[in-house]
Amino acid sequence: MTARIGVITFPGTLDDRDSLRAARIAGAEPVSLWHRDKDLKQVDAVVLAGGFSYGDYLRAGAISRFSPVMETVIEQAKAGLPVLGICNGFQILTETHLLPGAMLRNNDLHFVCRDQKLRVENADTAWTGDYSAGQEISVPLKNIDGRYTADERTLDELEAEGRVAFRYLDGNPNGSLRDIAGITNAAGNVVGLMPHPEHAVEPLIGTGRTDGLGFFTSILKKLVSA
Amino acid sequence: MTLDTVKHATDTPDTGQPWKELGLKEDEYARIREILGRRPTGAELAMYSVMWSEHCSYKSSKVHLRQFGEKAPASDAMLVGIGENAGVVDVGQGYAVTFKVESHNHPSYIEPYQGAATGVGGIVRDILAMGARPVAVVDPLRFGAADHPDTRRVLPGVVAGIGGYGNCLGLPNIGGEVVFDACYQGNPLVNAGCIGVMKHEDIHLAKASGAGNKVILYGARTGGDGIGGVSVLASETFDAASDSASGTGKPKKRPAVQVGDPFQEKLLIECTLEIFAEKLVAGIQDLGGAGLSCATSELASAGSGGMRVELDTVPLRDATLSPEEILMSESQERMCAVVEPDKVARFMEICEKWDVIATVIGEVTEGERLEIFWHGEQIVDVPPRSVAHDGPVYERPYARPEWQDALQADDANALPRPATSAELREQVLKLVASPNQASKAWITDQYDRFVQGNTVLAQPEDAGMVRIDEESNLGVAMATDGNGRYAKLDPYAGAQLALAESYRNVAASGAKPLAVSDCLNFGSPEDPAVMWQFAEATRGLADGCLALGTPVTGGNVSLYNQTGETAIHPTPVVAVLGVIDDVTRRTPIAFTEQGQLLYLLGDTREEFGGSAWSQVVHDHLGGLPPAVDLDREKLLGEILISASRDGMIDAAHDLSDGGLIQAVTESCLRGGNGARLVVPDGLDAFTFLFSESAGRAVVAVPRSEELRFTDMCGARGLPVTRIGVVDGTAIEVQGEFGVELSELREAYEGTIPALLA
Repeated sequence: MTARIGVITFPGTLDDRDSLRAARIAGAEPVSLWHRDKDLKQVDAVVLAGGFSYGDYLRAGAISRFSPVMETVIEQAKAGLPVLGICNGFQILTETHLLPGAMLRNNDLHFVCRDQKLRVENADTAWTGDYSAGQEISVPLKNIDGRYTADERTLDELEAEGRVAFRYLDGNPNGSLRDIAGITNAAGNVVGLMPHPEHAVEPLIGTGRTDGLGFFTSILKKLVSA
Repeated sequence: MTLDTVKHATDTPDTGQPWKELGLKEDEYARIREILGRRPTGAELAMYSVMWSEHCSYKSSKVHLRQFGEKAPASDAMLVGIGENAGVVDVGQGYAVTFKVESHNHPSYIEPYQGAATGVGGIVRDILAMGARPVAVVDPLRFGAADHPDTRRVLPGVVAGIGGYGNCLGLPNIGGEVVFDACYQGNPLVNAGCIGVMKHEDIHLAKASGAGNKVILYGARTGGDGIGGVSVLASETFDAASDSASGTGKPKKRPAVQVGDPFQEKLLIECTLEIFAEKLVAGIQDLGGAGLSCATSELASAGSGGMRVELDTVPLRDATLSPEEILMSESQERMCAVVEPDKVARFMEICEKWDVIATVIGEVTEGERLEIFWHGEQIVDVPPRSVAHDGPVYERPYARPEWQDALQADDANALPRPATSAELREQVLKLVASPNQASKAWITDQYDRFVQGNTVLAQPEDAGMVRIDEESNLGVAMATDGNGRYAKLDPYAGAQLALAESYRNVAASGAKPLAVSDCLNFGSPEDPAVMWQFAEATRGLADGCLALGTPVTGGNVSLYNQTGETAIHPTPVVAVLGVIDDVTRRTPIAFTEQGQLLYLLGDTREEFGGSAWSQVVHDHLGGLPPAVDLDREKLLGEILISASRDGMIDAAHDLSDGGLIQAVTESCLRGGNGARLVVPDGLDAFTFLFSESAGRAVVAVPRSEELRFTDMCGARGLPVTRIGVVDGTAIEVQGEFGVELSELREAYEGTIPALLA
């Protein structure tokens, strides 16, 4: 018994194949989804992968949110479909307002690629069940527009409702407010983060750690046991 | 202005033409008239001028580059050799790898961001045009003095351009170099390399065969950027370039540096790979330097027939472009494919899927001419080979410069050495903090090294390594190296030392070196001293490749890297590609386990000519570079590869600039462990730490493997010396000094951000 995890390819998506691989390594059935196609092919969960969809033109994620596939994703996410947005995927999720806030250019104005330590703040979302609250993990971070920003009231709400899912440790890489690396919606099915768990799923590759695999095993367990 | 048709040109033989402004010499213009039997049309003149430029025709370098073919070692691995967009080597299991390094030096000085960005774009399209999926990029860079104000202008722009373009393409940046030297002040070197992977049966070549086949231009629209970029930028010094720009006003004053759009290139890559997968093309060529002039003439001359092109069908960004400008435009992100008529519809469908504009602009013909029409009127009628391949070939005079003897006599071994342990310690810290030896993380952290999820090793490792098969763990590794200081002292040896270092780096990672690509950066070929450096370096490299059994598969020459009379150091940058059957056996540089034994492989001699120590401590360049022993390099490589495969070593780091102390410092900092070092018998501490003798590496051996490892070295005749142990949180040189890693880290990591951030 397994579950089908879909990964959407927009023009300019880069980490789609990595996310498909991560889903496969976790034991799920990976399914490619295409931006022009409204059909989600009956997947049980969706990953919006990293990259520069539409070249980040206008604003990161701003054009992708209007693609046909996103109409279905938005509709089904509101009905409980698990959705994970990684990096550019997180940016798309804020553009769709499935998640609050926005990403600004990193405070030092440079692209930054490094191994980033995070604390899992919320282990109750659909994508974090295999972690424990307070657990520290390291996964690659790589972006130029990664500075999470929202108004004070939204930030207070996120904190109060436990919706800050991940926080940067050992140095905030981009100036994100309250060291926020990722957040969840109130229902816990839609999660977005800037760092890249799909790049940390094999002991040999990248940083050599597998701290990111938990995202994919978490969702698989949740879907299979449901 | 009337259209300068072929008929018009025939009727008006005496019309004056701006051949000089377009960079042609008088005899070259006469030769064009002779080939055509009339004066060229404006469009023909444009094509010849860009294709016969130094950049495209290799007219000064060709006679020397022939050695790479003539002296090529017999290699079973070569599938496609020099002459195509990039060479292709067999890496086993049905896979082929194509790789190449190119320069984008001059554009990057004028406009650092776009110059560097389009350098990445160009090399990636070269690799793509061979039928391969690009899987990694590397960037060997040279800048002026680290503390010079103009370096602050050029370097951040170049780095942001490489990152901005490469990151957006989704190609991991896994290696390269950053070197500072005042000689590059007005002539930074921005070289870009790319590796692509395909199955043997997917190799594509640039040729147009089969009369009736359609010629399809696809990708970005053609604009006015980069017009004459090739002839103006790459072939003359900047002084001359500004002269010609202000001369006749032609070509028009548009940006001569092209502007890149990585998003368009990403679409072009995915679209092209899908087209390859369905076997829809008979021939393919990317559009880079010299744009359509190059693509049409090269495709046509490599094929069996002629070609007819309707130039007015080319999609434009600027409707006012003249036919000459369209032919010369270097607008980026374009490809040209030759497609059988019954496959055109499917080709177009795939382009539509990826939102890529595709236009049939012509077809392959029975004839032998390249004919180009503009709204029905013929403006080009040439033998394509005369444009693409029969450009001028110069036997430039060359002579060993008079100053070479004095330079070599100025022996670095005679420089004052540290007199006390305290001084030695101080010089170690000064060395690791010097811009060339210091950590380049501030730069490389602006590149994505993780994308595609196959990166096994990336900078600051000795070589970059990517997995190419997830089932079998087959992988490839690449390193690039070049030491302009060595090459200045002795260009023949300098080129071989670049090759040897790159070879050693690949072997140190555990991969078997297979083949070579080079980027030869030199000053003006019109200076006999520079031409001598070039001749010596190419001879050294060709001889070296023969000795090591690694053929040159292709590369690039960049000349005129000089300001006024002052040329850069001769800088041959050599890329070595290697293969590793199982990437889980790779060897990193980090010392990760306390108690492991440190062994030095190879011989250490008093060799300080061109060394980092002589530069950092004495600001000196003189003497002879380290001696080259390619048999020793080969043996060292075999030992490193065997030890990696059989699990005898946990870490290996090649010794090159900065010597042993630099390598040990990097391995200690990378692993977060200290080391206790003992100066071996017969060596003084200074020579032990700072000598740059070639053919050496330091390895960390688990105690359980010590006998097996030393026995292997002994049996095969490689000198092996135990020099210490991984231990503690400091580097201690017994009887001399100790430095805590924290102090070393501050020295090593603080320099570049302090200069540039």
